[in-house]
Amino acid sequence: MALSSEKPVIASEMRRERSPLSRKLDTGFVWLTGVFAISLAVILLTIAIQVGYRALPAMQEFGLGFLVTQRWDPVNDIYGALPQIYGTLVSSFIGLILALPIGLGVAIFLSEDFLPTKIQRPIVFLVELLAAIPSVVYGLWGIFVLIPILRNMGVALNGGLSWIPLFSSAPTGPGMYVAGVILAIMILPIIAAISRDALVAVPDTLRQAAYGLSATRWETILKIIMPAAFSGIVGGTMLALGRAMGETMAVTMVIGNANKIKPSLFDQGSTISSLLANQFAEADGLQISSLMYAAFVLFLITLIVNVLAELIVRRIRTKV
Amino acid sequence: MSDSQPFISRSLQRNPWAPRTLFSSSMSVISTLCAVIAVIPLFSVLYMVISKGFSRFNLDLFTQIQPAALSDGGGLLNALQGTFYTVSIATLLAVPIGVLAAVFLAEFVRDTKLARWIGFATNVLSGVPSIVAGTFVYSLLVLTTKQFSAFAGGVALAVLMLPVIVRTATEALELVPQELRQAAVGLGASRFQTVSRVVLPAALPGIITGAMLGVARAAGETAPVLFTALGSQYLSNSIWEPAATLSLRVYNFATSPYKNLQDLAWAGALLLVLMVLVANILSRLLVQRRA
Repeated sequence: MALSSEKPVIASEMRRERSPLSRKLDTGFVWLTGVFAISLAVILLTIAIQVGYRALPAMQEFGLGFLVTQRWDPVNDIYGALPQIYGTLVSSFIGLILALPIGLGVAIFLSEDFLPTKIQRPIVFLVELLAAIPSVVYGLWGIFVLIPILRNMGVALNGGLSWIPLFSSAPTGPGMYVAGVILAIMILPIIAAISRDALVAVPDTLRQAAYGLSATRWETILKIIMPAAFSGIVGGTMLALGRAMGETMAVTMVIGNANKIKPSLFDQGSTISSLLANQFAEADGLQISSLMYAAFVLFLITLIVNVLAELIVRRIRTKV
Repeated sequence: MSDSQPFISRSLQRNPWAPRTLFSSSMSVISTLCAVIAVIPLFSVLYMVISKGFSRFNLDLFTQIQPAALSDGGGLLNALQGTFYTVSIATLLAVPIGVLAAVFLAEFVRDTKLARWIGFATNVLSGVPSIVAGTFVYSLLVLTTKQFSAFAGGVALAVLMLPVIVRTATEALELVPQELRQAAVGLGASRFQTVSRVVLPAALPGIITGAMLGVARAAGETAPVLFTALGSQYLSNSIWEPAATLSLRVYNFATSPYKNLQDLAWAGALLLVLMVLVANILSRLLVQRRA
């Protein structure tokens, strides 16, 4: 009896304590945070709409021909972005080819038990730091350190292998290949970090089973662990590709910014982002709109790559 | 029994010269080399930035504005001021919005479809190239107000900071033990009281860590301020005027032919790298103390 008469008293007291106003404020707080959370998606949409809208005049003027013509001529207001699209794809591709094997090596080195955790941690920290160095600092370093080193290597390659179109011109300093190397350095931490996550997520029972069947360490890694972590590695690589295609400052500083398509890697080129970086501040009229069009193309390409990467990477994260 | 013993020990011992074992050991050497190759650029950048930037690391750097192209001396005061303006604006915009959005994701809709969708949008937003974020703010603010400004630069940086803050704050909030929330609610606290008095203070080190890393990253971003803040040779009087930032000056001076300006570029790069280093080491210490 005593128990049952106590309960309603407490309940009613609690109800009295909170006024309707305070309860409304509480719901209001939840709504407020919700609005901010949803604003993230809204910002993403607004970027697409805003940039697309400003690009409309150029889209109407040049249509899809913008993507396949080579002329960028502010004096006569004729614009085509093929060299920049080509440069974006080629420089990121070089970056990826260089960064993927090394990044994978680092990931394996830091995920399997090669090292005691005490030594592993600082190396993980160093690789993270590599990702945190500002792009413009890499650009500065690229101009004064990397270009002189790579020029010598380029001269040697051009001397011996100039019959291969890729090495057919003499390096002058800045160029597509320098941009590719800088991009490789910048995206390596992404590939390493995400591949490492994927490798660490592979259940230990698989390793033990493989070792139990007397597989060597690398037979286990190559035949058991890598296939199990494959989707994560692919996802990380695509994320890195998206980053490479959007990277601006370091590339702008070392690629030479020439508006042309040349087969040789030692020739100067440009990317969509370097075009934007070089021209936006002084552009007007149809040129602004054309730059917006180029930015919109870059946005779409990186969006597709990022969404695909995100979907793949998400699959391993939910598995963990 | 007597000859089964050597048999077992022999079968567990690999012959180091067998092709399989040789392959395995050489691959191990290769992957170690990969790690060494990966950190060489980092050490090269650190070495260059310190050795070249240190010569200009004096009081002038912080008290004088940038020199004219052919003159000597000068500092980066105007760039420091611009960086302070743009990064402050970005922080003031991104941190409150980001933390509150994280509260929604971690406290009110955790593990729901909505939370996953917003998390997805956050990740995709963080993959938007910084120069596209700059283009966006250029068309949103610069084209409509017809004015390059530190404010526009700050907004562009905020767009880039926001996903970083949301992600780290959400993680920090999710680490707060469920018992703390239950205790608060059990004492009759409202949701606002639970979040503001119990959960947020508990998650504070993690949130500060995220904000710090976001600030360091924003200070180094160049592409989005290139045509929003634009740059200025002089001190600005207000946030509605064009302003230089450290990153912009490193870019401009690095590509200039004058030695004096190139030296200043290295000094500016040293400042940026120091910022990143300090933020990373501090955040590491904060996280370690909590664990």
